[in-house]
Parts: sequence; C-alpha cells; structure tokens
Amino acid sequence: MDLKNRVEQCLGPENFVVAMIECQGDLSVEVPKRSVVDVMRLLRDTPDLGFNFLSDLLGVDNLDLNKPKKKPKKKTEEGEGAEAEAEEEPKEKGPLPPRYEVVYLLLCLERNERLQVKVRVEENDMEVDTLTPVWKAADWPEREVFDMFGIRFKGHPNLKRLLMWDDFPAHPLRKDYPLEGQGEERHLIYDD
Amino acid sequence: MNQNPTPQTGHDTGDYVTVNIGPSHPAMHGTLRVVALTDGESLIKVDPEIGYLHRGVEKLGENLTYHQFIPITDRLNYCSAIPNNVSYEMAVEKLMGIEVPEKAQLIRVIMMELARIADHQVCIGILGVDLGAFTPFFYLIIQREEIYEIFEWFNGARLTNTFGRIGGVDADLPDDFEERWEELKPGVRKANDETEKLLTHNRIWMDRTIGVSAFSAEDALNWGFTGPCLRACGVKRDLRIDEPYCMYDKFKFEVPVGKHGDVFDRYIVRMIEMEESIKIIDQAYKLYKEMPADAPLMARVPKVIKPPAGEVYSALESPNGELGFFVKSDGSANPYRIRIRPPCYMIYQAFPELVEGELIADLVACLSSLNVIAGELDR
Amino acid sequence: MDDWLIAIIKVVCIWVWVLLIAVVMTWVERRGAALIQDRPGPNRAGPFGLFQPLADGIKLFTKEEIIPTKAQKLLYIMGPLLFALPAFSAYAVVPFGDKIVLGGKEIILQVSDVNIGFLFILAIGSMGVYGVILGGWGSTNKYSILGGLRCTAQMVSYEVPLGLALLAIVFVYGTFSLRDISLAQQGTFLGFLPNWGIFKQPLGFILFIVAAYAEASRVPFDLPEAESEIVSGYHTEYGSMRLGLYLFGEYVNLVTISGVIVALYFGSWHMPYIDLGAYLGPISWGIVSFCIFFLKVSFFLWMFVWVRWTLPRFRYDQIMGLGWRGLIPLALFNIFITALFIQLTV
Repeated sequence: MDLKNRVEQCLGPENFVVAMIECQGDLSVEVPKRSVVDVMRLLRDTPDLGFNFLSDLLGVDNLDLNKPKKKPKKKTEEGEGAEAEAEEEPKEKGPLPPRYEVVYLLLCLERNERLQVKVRVEENDMEVDTLTPVWKAADWPEREVFDMFGIRFKGHPNLKRLLMWDDFPAHPLRKDYPLEGQGEERHLIYDD
Repeated sequence: MNQNPTPQTGHDTGDYVTVNIGPSHPAMHGTLRVVALTDGESLIKVDPEIGYLHRGVEKLGENLTYHQFIPITDRLNYCSAIPNNVSYEMAVEKLMGIEVPEKAQLIRVIMMELARIADHQVCIGILGVDLGAFTPFFYLIIQREEIYEIFEWFNGARLTNTFGRIGGVDADLPDDFEERWEELKPGVRKANDETEKLLTHNRIWMDRTIGVSAFSAEDALNWGFTGPCLRACGVKRDLRIDEPYCMYDKFKFEVPVGKHGDVFDRYIVRMIEMEESIKIIDQAYKLYKEMPADAPLMARVPKVIKPPAGEVYSALESPNGELGFFVKSDGSANPYRIRIRPPCYMIYQAFPELVEGELIADLVACLSSLNVIAGELDR
Repeated sequence: MDDWLIAIIKVVCIWVWVLLIAVVMTWVERRGAALIQDRPGPNRAGPFGLFQPLADGIKLFTKEEIIPTKAQKLLYIMGPLLFALPAFSAYAVVPFGDKIVLGGKEIILQVSDVNIGFLFILAIGSMGVYGVILGGWGSTNKYSILGGLRCTAQMVSYEVPLGLALLAIVFVYGTFSLRDISLAQQGTFLGFLPNWGIFKQPLGFILFIVAAYAEASRVPFDLPEAESEIVSGYHTEYGSMRLGLYLFGEYVNLVTISGVIVALYFGSWHMPYIDLGAYLGPISWGIVSFCIFFLKVSFFLWMFVWVRWTLPRFRYDQIMGLGWRGLIPLALFNIFITALFIQLTV
C-alpha cells in the first residue's frame, strides 16, 4: 500500500485530513490546526507509518499567493498568459486561504519515507500548539518561526526570538517586510 | 540574542558565576555565543545564543532568481561549499522534474566527496587545536589546501565554489584530474595517518574525549541529529545509502558507526569517513572514465528557470549531516520560499543537554566535535 | 673587594646569559613548532628569522600600555613584576659550569653556592604564583580569575611531588647544595653507568620532570592560559611589556628548570666516562664545563618545545587527579624505596 493510502487510513476516520497534495513525489498532508499534536503522535506511533524523526519545521507566508488579482493583470499585459493561469488557480478554490502555513517535515527512518504535514494559520489566530513534547528537535525551529513570522507556539518552553535580537520590532520573513529592512538598530546596553 | 540575557552577564547569581563565552572567543568557531552559569569549573546551566552571523539568506533567496541563489548557498557551510550548492540544485531539479545526466552526477559526487574530506579535515584539526594539540591541524590543513587547489583549478574559486548549475554542471573535469588526484591521495592518507598516530591512542587525548558529552541514540534522534554526530551514537543512517541520490547506490563504501556518541566516537567516525570518501572518489572516477567524452553535462533546462507551482523538500548527506532545501515555487522566476535545513542547527540546539554538568574544557571539546559552522547555523 | 667584584660580574653575566637564552628560546619555540608542523616559521627578520625576538621585543616595548578601567590598578601592575622577579632570581643557585681559575683565584661557575640550594628554588618558584593570582584577580576578568585559580591550584598541587622527588635526591646525596650534588656525579655507577642522578633516581626523575612541566605550566599542563577555553587565562587583559614580562618570565623559568634537571639528574658538567677536568687546564676546563652544561640544558629546552607541539592538553580534574592520586603516592613510594636502599647499603 502506498504512503498516501496509509496516511489516509491512519488519519482518515477522525477526519484529520483537510487536503492532500502530491508534488514531484513529495506527499503533503494538510491537517487542522487544533489537532496538529495529536496527528503527529498518530503519525509517529502508528506502526505502518512510523514517522519517528522530525526533519524540519518551517513557516510560509502566503501573502503574495493570496492576492493573485493584481499581479496577473499586470503580467498578462506583458504577455505572460501561462503565468496568469498558474496564479489564478488558488483563486478558484473559494475564500482566501489563511495567510500563514507551518510545514512539518517528517521522516520515517525504517522505510525512508518523507511526509510534509501542513497547518494553516489565520492572521487573527496566530497560535499553534507546540511540538516540543513530541520531538525535542522542534525547539529551535519553532522559535525561528516565531522570530521570522510571529506565529506563537502554545506551550513552548522558551519562546524567545532565535536569530534576531529580543526587541526587534518586526518579523522579517513576512512577505510585507522589505528586503532591505526598516532601519532597525540594536542598542546594546552595558553594565554601569 | 537578548540585551540582558538571563542569567545576566556581569552579575553573579548566588554561589554561581556567569561566564559569557563568545561571540568573540578563540574557541567559538566564528560567532557563537554561550552564556554559561558555572560553579568553579563545572557548568550548571548553558544557554547558547545564535544569530550573530544571520544574513537573512532565506529572505535573500525570495528576491533572487533560482540561479542567482547558488552563490548564496556557498556562504552556508563555508568549510565545504559544494554540497550546499548541489543540495540546492537538486531541490530545484526535483521541483522541475529534471533528470541530471549521469556524467554530471559523477562529477558532483567526486567534488562533493572532496569537499567532505576537506570539511572533516578542518573539523578534526580544529578539535585538536581546541584540545591543545596544535600540530595535527597543520598536517590536515596542508592537505586541505591541496584539495582547494583542485577546486580552484576546476572553477577558479577556492572557498565559495558556486559549483554546478541547475540541471547539471557547467564544466567537465579537466584532463589531468587523475594525475592530480593520484598525487593528492597519498598525501591525504599520510596526513590522516599522522593525525591518528598523534591523537587516537594518545592517553591524554583519550582521557579528554572518551565519555565526554556522550549521547544516546534515542536522544539523538529525538533532537534531530544527523550525519557523523548521529552515527557516532550508533545509528547507521546515511542518506547516501538510505535515500541514494547522484548514483551513490552504485558505489561500495562502509558507513562507520560509533557506540557511545561521545567526542571520541565523533572523531573516529569522521576519520573513517575520510577514507571511505577516497574510495568513493576512486569508484566514481572509474565510472566517469567509462563515459563517452562527449556525454552531456547539462540536462535541457530553460534559460529562465520557472518551476511549476509546488513545494518540494530535497536533502543530501553533507559532511555535517542532512542538508535539506525546502523550495516553494509560485510559478514565477523567483523562489517563493526557500528554507534551508542546516544539519548543525538541529545538533547545536541539544548543546545544553550535551554539556551541562561537564567542565568548561568539555564545552569546548564538545562544540568542536559537533562541527558547528556559524554560517549555516545562522544563515 | 675582589670577592664583591667577582660576585657582581657573575650576577650580571649570568643574568644576561639567562635572558639571552630565554630570548633565543622564543625563536627556538617558533622555529621548532614550524619544523614539527611542516611550515617555514618566522624567517624574514635576519638570517633564519633570528632577529624575530628582537622585533617582538621592540613591539612589546613600544606598544601603548593600557590598564582596563575596572582593573585594580596596584594588583594589575604588580602581577607581572611579581611573576618575573622570582623567575629572574631563581637561577642564582643553579650552577652553569665547574670552576675557572683566573689569576690564581678559584671562581666557581655559580652565582652563589648556598647550602640550602634547591630549597631556595622551591621557595622562589612558589613566589611566582603570586604574580599569576594577583594578575588574574587584578584584571577583574572572569577568564583571568579562572586562569589564576587554575594556576594556583596546579602550582600548589605539583609542588608536593616536586618537593618529594627532590627529597629523595637529598637522601641519596646528603646535601641541598646543587654544586655538591653536581660534584658527586663524577665517575661511574655500578661500574658501567655514568654516575648520574637519573640512574640512582629513575622514578624520581620522571616525577620531577612531570611536576616541573606542571610548575612551568607548559603543555600538557598549560591550563592557566588554555587559549581555547579561557582565552588567555590570567594574562587575558595584559598587553605591551606587561604581557611581555609574563611570557618572558615563563621562558626564564624553563631555563632554570632545565638547569636544575641537568644539575640533579644528568651529571651537570660531567662528560660520561671521561673526566675532562683531568686533561684540561683550569681556564679551558672552565669553558668546556660550561659548554657541556649548556649543551645538556639546550636538550631539555628543546624537549619543552617538542612536547608542547606534540601533546594535547589535560583537563582540570585530570590534572588534579594525576597530581594527587598519581604523582604523590609514587613520590612517597620513591622516598620509601630510596630510604630502604640507603638503610640497607650504608
């Protein structure tokens, strides 16, 4: 039985799976945000899945993907029809998808299978349950996602900024943050 | 990276003293910082802080074209740039469904294994320096210099190679590669041999490394360890064998495995891996010679790379462990999101667990043996 | 008056000589390291880079002297002085040759042949630790304090086996005077060995040399300044000639230690099997004995360099373990055996 069916079988009855996409052999499963920790435990402990290794955890900002109306028009004027078609796809899927995604990259060491688990995060509810009780490896990646996107992880033992300094005002990997920065400066405070 | 880190630097907490190690410290490999709460010489609490070399590589990637990002990947693990380049190229190729010609794959293998040798040489050399044994460092670094000569003469750059292109490699191996390689091989072996003689059975070296920051296999997997550090814990996992890429399934080589996951095992695993890399290069070059001289080096790739919308994750076994690239495309000429999974990022987050309760000198030994490279850690 | 003059000349000569060796040692150290590590080493200043120490000296002397704002000034300034002065004066009781006869006056080649000999060296050697601990404390730097503490603990611990190893020597020769011990090493031992201390005290020699390396805080015992762990240890905050005094004092210590090793264990100025003194005139014997002594000292100086670039560094707990659990019981055992042997033979 291939991976897709197995994952469906495992997560199906509880209706965990929101969507399932395959891209160049990479299977990604979208699950509801509230049940992410349960899903991870299931994926880890179900014998015929056994995703026992958290390879990585990352955030994605879909801001540019979600507003396809403006850009394709400009580009169609420039004569890139194929581009417009590709970007219009999400529009047809109904209401605007949530702005952020958290993607978990799982790995099964026994069968060398990989799985992407995806969680959508709405802009007005930027909190996801932490994965640190399941895998300690989630510690820094979650801090980094918080640092870069501002998504909070509920129950994380030490949710501080990881790469930027503590009172950095913005979240730099958001699509609306300019590449050149906004002129933030770090003011070092020395004793005495 | 907080302004007043807790425990606070400059103030002492009860009977303990806070020692701020780094970011400018001889043993802190570039720009790492560890705030350590110490009781005399022993470490009570260790708090690693990273980000001092953060250059926003992932943000940069979103604003460059697919090809323009290759030189940026050089700056991740600057001790071995080639696996970074190849890993990124492989991710984009996977996204576009490109099949890379075999000859190009072989050239990639040869160069990546050379880079692996160079990386391990630096790692072991620095480990020696940090433990006070200065001499092996020079033996190894002289040989690394020779490897860099090969890189330089292959594509003009020594450290930041910008090796290969999406869809293959840009240049063939020069004609006298075999000569150079045969010249280099005994040198590398001799340097390893001398290092082994100076260190491996040295009583002081054994005392300093055996049992220091030992880690169990379960803990290592839980923390996301990969590469030599995981193998030192006794888990036989190597992407070159488990998820073969670049024709690695055609080569015969051993994957060394340690037992206790301590500094000594990490050192030994790296020593053996260098020898195995030499074997792989020999086999790859043999296969390479069997290829016709005019075999293609590049797959058919459009001039402007616009992968179809989608997202893939592709990883390879870099000298430090699993180096993965998550690439998301929206169909335009710029990647929508690039996420780099640097191996030592996952390893370094377990640092407090590895060294708490040990002595200050062990902190330095452990850090060197993990081969934490600030460039790929902070991106 | 003559005696005074001779004493002053001897003091000045030996002082200059020891300093000169120490200066050359910095060059030997670098060139030796380069030789061991397959690289050229400093080779620009003068022939074979021989003027490199001079250039370093000029640099250190002309650099701006900086005292950290938070440092405790008095201690900070006293540190290097307290370290260097004992180092410079310890050589006073170490011989550097037999004797020379000038104008009918017999001059022994030693600044002063005091009858407490190496007790003086032990006492003066222990003084050096004040320089380290005060420098480390006065710098108000955590690395410096750690270095100073490490150095103190190490020096105090290794003085015990050092002293015990020397005690066994006293049992054998019945004197503290280094000159008397040197003189007693003439001839052969058991008929075929040179009558050197090492053959009478083989275990004692090993103990002594290990403890001496620790006292000099050289690799593998260089914890007080372990650069990869605590930056530079007790001299982290020092620059210019104050740092120079620390570094220089260390090399002077090496010369003293090598001199003591040669005088106690390697037959001082005696050639094995041949008593050159019987064949040469008083002046030429003086010079030759000096040369023999110096050659032996050079070997041990080279050994310091050799070991430094070969071995890794101990860890703090291992160094203490080796000292207290390894060397001290052995040293006591050595004393017991020596005493037993003397009791049985005499």
